[in-house]
Amino acid sequence: MSTLWAASPSELLMQAATRASARRRSTVRRRLTLIIGLVLLGIAVAAILLAPVLVSQSPNTIDALHPLAPPLTPGHLLGTDQFGRDVLARILYGGRIDLAIAFGATSVTLVGGTIIGLVAGYLGGRWDSFLMRIVDLFFAFPFLVLVIAIIAMLGPSIFNMFVAIWITSWVSYARIMRAQTVVAKRQQYVLAARALGYGRLRVMFRHILPNTASAVIIFSMVDAVGNIILAASLGFLGLGAQPPAPEWGTMISDGQNYILSSWWLATIPGLAVVFVGIAFSLIGDGLADLLRPGDR
Amino acid sequence: MPLLTVRDLRSYLATGQGVVRAVDGVSFTVGEAEILGIVGESGSGKSVTCRTIVGLMPPSTSHVSGEVIYHPHGEASILNARQSELQSLRGSQLAMIFQDPMTALNPVLNVGDQIIEAVQAHAKVSTGQARERAVSLLRRVGIPAPEQRMRDYPFQFSGGMLQRALIAIALASSPRLLLADEPTTSLDVIIQDQILSLLLDLQQDTGMSMILVSHDLAVISEVCDRILVMYAGQVVEQGPAAEVITAPRHPYTRALLDAVPQGEQRGQLRSISGSPPSLIDVPAGCRFAPRCRLAVDECLIWETELIEISGPGRLARCLRHDEVEGSREWQGSDSA
Amino acid sequence: MSRFGSLPRRLVHVVIVLFGITLVTFFLLRLIPGDPALAILGSSYTHARAQAIDSGLGLNRPIWSQYALFMGRLVHGSLGFSFFYHEPATTVIFQHIPPTLFLVAYAAVLAGLISLPIGFAAGLRSGRVVDQASRVFFTLSFAMPAFWLGIILILIFSVHLSVFPISGFGSGVAGHLYYLFLPALTIALGFSTVLVRSLRAATITTLRAEFVDTAQMKGIGWGRVLRRHVFRNAVLAVVAVYGVNLAYLISGTVLVENVFSLPGLGTLLVNSVSDRDYPVVQGVTLVFAVLIVAINLLTDVVQAALDPRVGQEIGT
Repeated sequence: MSTLWAASPSELLMQAATRASARRRSTVRRRLTLIIGLVLLGIAVAAILLAPVLVSQSPNTIDALHPLAPPLTPGHLLGTDQFGRDVLARILYGGRIDLAIAFGATSVTLVGGTIIGLVAGYLGGRWDSFLMRIVDLFFAFPFLVLVIAIIAMLGPSIFNMFVAIWITSWVSYARIMRAQTVVAKRQQYVLAARALGYGRLRVMFRHILPNTASAVIIFSMVDAVGNIILAASLGFLGLGAQPPAPEWGTMISDGQNYILSSWWLATIPGLAVVFVGIAFSLIGDGLADLLRPGDR
Repeated sequence: MPLLTVRDLRSYLATGQGVVRAVDGVSFTVGEAEILGIVGESGSGKSVTCRTIVGLMPPSTSHVSGEVIYHPHGEASILNARQSELQSLRGSQLAMIFQDPMTALNPVLNVGDQIIEAVQAHAKVSTGQARERAVSLLRRVGIPAPEQRMRDYPFQFSGGMLQRALIAIALASSPRLLLADEPTTSLDVIIQDQILSLLLDLQQDTGMSMILVSHDLAVISEVCDRILVMYAGQVVEQGPAAEVITAPRHPYTRALLDAVPQGEQRGQLRSISGSPPSLIDVPAGCRFAPRCRLAVDECLIWETELIEISGPGRLARCLRHDEVEGSREWQGSDSA
Repeated sequence: MSRFGSLPRRLVHVVIVLFGITLVTFFLLRLIPGDPALAILGSSYTHARAQAIDSGLGLNRPIWSQYALFMGRLVHGSLGFSFFYHEPATTVIFQHIPPTLFLVAYAAVLAGLISLPIGFAAGLRSGRVVDQASRVFFTLSFAMPAFWLGIILILIFSVHLSVFPISGFGSGVAGHLYYLFLPALTIALGFSTVLVRSLRAATITTLRAEFVDTAQMKGIGWGRVLRRHVFRNAVLAVVAVYGVNLAYLISGTVLVENVFSLPGLGTLLVNSVSDRDYPVVQGVTLVFAVLIVAINLLTDVVQAALDPRVGQEIGT
């Protein structure tokens, strides 16, 4: 996009001047973005992993005396749901499922899609066409619809959420990586490596991959946000985690029924999703600025 | 009475590495029906000078000072004039064409509409009348079948044709001063000649003045009446074209002349070794000294001023200007 | 940008994609582990009923024959028989299309109304308040799940302020516009993040273009330069992004329909999953995919209309 219109040498000087001044102003801000994101994510992960330490109740303990208690009730910092289950406990334990998806589903698709894209881009020819046709095919479907359809067939469960995401999400990575590889394989360093007689595998994984990985890594942050939201969405629709397992999406869905009286049941789990989502977003933004200096 | 007077023009840009003194004290005048050539390498400040004159600097410009007086408009400097004032001058008095014709036109509007827009900017005419004027302008700049080509889009034109269309736009409101920033640089040699001839032709027809900016001394020497040589944001030599070419008084001008291949010349081309100084940390003394054949110790110490040589219009910024070698024949516009 | 060249080639590509869609949709059904009839019937399983389902789905034939059966039915406009509604799947699906289409169109328009002015302003005044504020706002809304945002909007506008209804489709166009405002807004906000960012970047780039200088040098007003030269070119970038992100838009409708209880395709899809109504699931997936293909084509047409360079490529 930024090369749509070329410019005269003086204009280039002026552009560089404008860019450089902007860059200096925001280098500190960029590092800050990345750090804040990591800190937020760290907080979330720590809180979730330390759940047994932080809350005394289990997420399924029923406190029959205090159903639908609002936040700041003694003993229930974030209130309770219709069964008297502690919301804070359910949030912390429920986060395990959503974060597991964020890390587990994303990492598999990241690795799988990257390899496929790398191979397709490097080999070119019929392999490239074949693999990219498949990628295009997946892109023809609305993502959520396809995931829902797959889960419909396999049966709703947490594991099948993983499977559905694995089947559908690798395509974005493949497409990005392939585009990067096609450009990279014409660069000097690749031509040099091949001239030295290095085998294809070696050139792909030890030369091209390290130099092009930044794009997919940055995208994986965006994807992680998407996957968390996806997990919550599926939970919300009743197609992911099944009751009584606590999960942010199912909690929101349950909470919807009590929206008129107990707003916290639907609102708070959503805030948890937003919190983690922002954390990943900031990490992604910070990484993008760090790995690819350019215009703001 | 000159048409345009520029006095001590300075234009600095703020960048991440510091303040770039792109134009650092430039003064000159342009007379009626005169063609002034500004020559220098990339980064010498010639383009920024022109842009500063018409007010097209980028937002990162941190400092603009000096005077730009366009005499028909009054004796006040237009340098920091309000937008509305600049608007009334642009097109009708001052016009500018840019280096790369491929990017200098709006890609999603047809060429005819863009010329009509220029015509209607300063003339209250109907669209029909404006269209007629646009067609005649296209014809004047040498574009065949102008009525049909009006409806075409920029991507359907070749580089040379686009540059002609841009000239048509620039002339739409009959300006008195045309600034041409490297108008031939992106074109191939044959087209270059055509465009230059066209410009000369138009200039003689309309009596307008021109500032022609180029890094190519050959181009400048063909067309210009007077030449301004710029280096590192400053004027280093100024004078009538014939004199500057045949009797340069600055080593940089001499080097530029040497770098132009001559007719039957064989052997190596002589380029200028080294590179221009940083415009952020401007070195003390003469800015050309590090690359200069004639440099002596004083050159590195004194910030040399422009020295009058044989009259107010003939200046050079060199302590040893009388030792600069004279030149070969003048191949200027009399033989063109 | 169209990468397909002339119009005939584009259409051929569309046909291939449609064909591929039918393949994927067909294979969806084969994903079912175990016996689909068992899954469908559950406790009301009898051998006779299972047989009926098997032959209805063609599960007792070799796979290529099954596909032929599927395609044969498809060509005749049949998507199978809905086990739940006891009607042809096509009928059921078509009944649910209007709310979804309306919602998608409404959301697309709202997204444009929101993001075009903001994106343009953010690009013009980059680094200043408008830009920073919009960035913060849209980063936040990007991390918000669409359905949660919908619930929050309901909480504010329907429950507390009683401005908009909580659910339902309404009647008549005016009714639809009223009832669907909150759902459409929910989708539009998520969508706008990308649009604003894209237009902002395109505006910043376009401002540096040389033709903007040429336009200024004609002596026309800055407002006109912005409208006719800067905006007209910057917006081209957004059209492409619009199309690409339509998949997100469609996915959003599934969730939003659920939150707002709209009788559209999304609700049908989710209900059919829990009802084990496989033919309907299959059919809805197919319809959604076709919808996307149609929207991509539309995007190409719009691009060709706005940008003569693309228009020539496509042969319009």
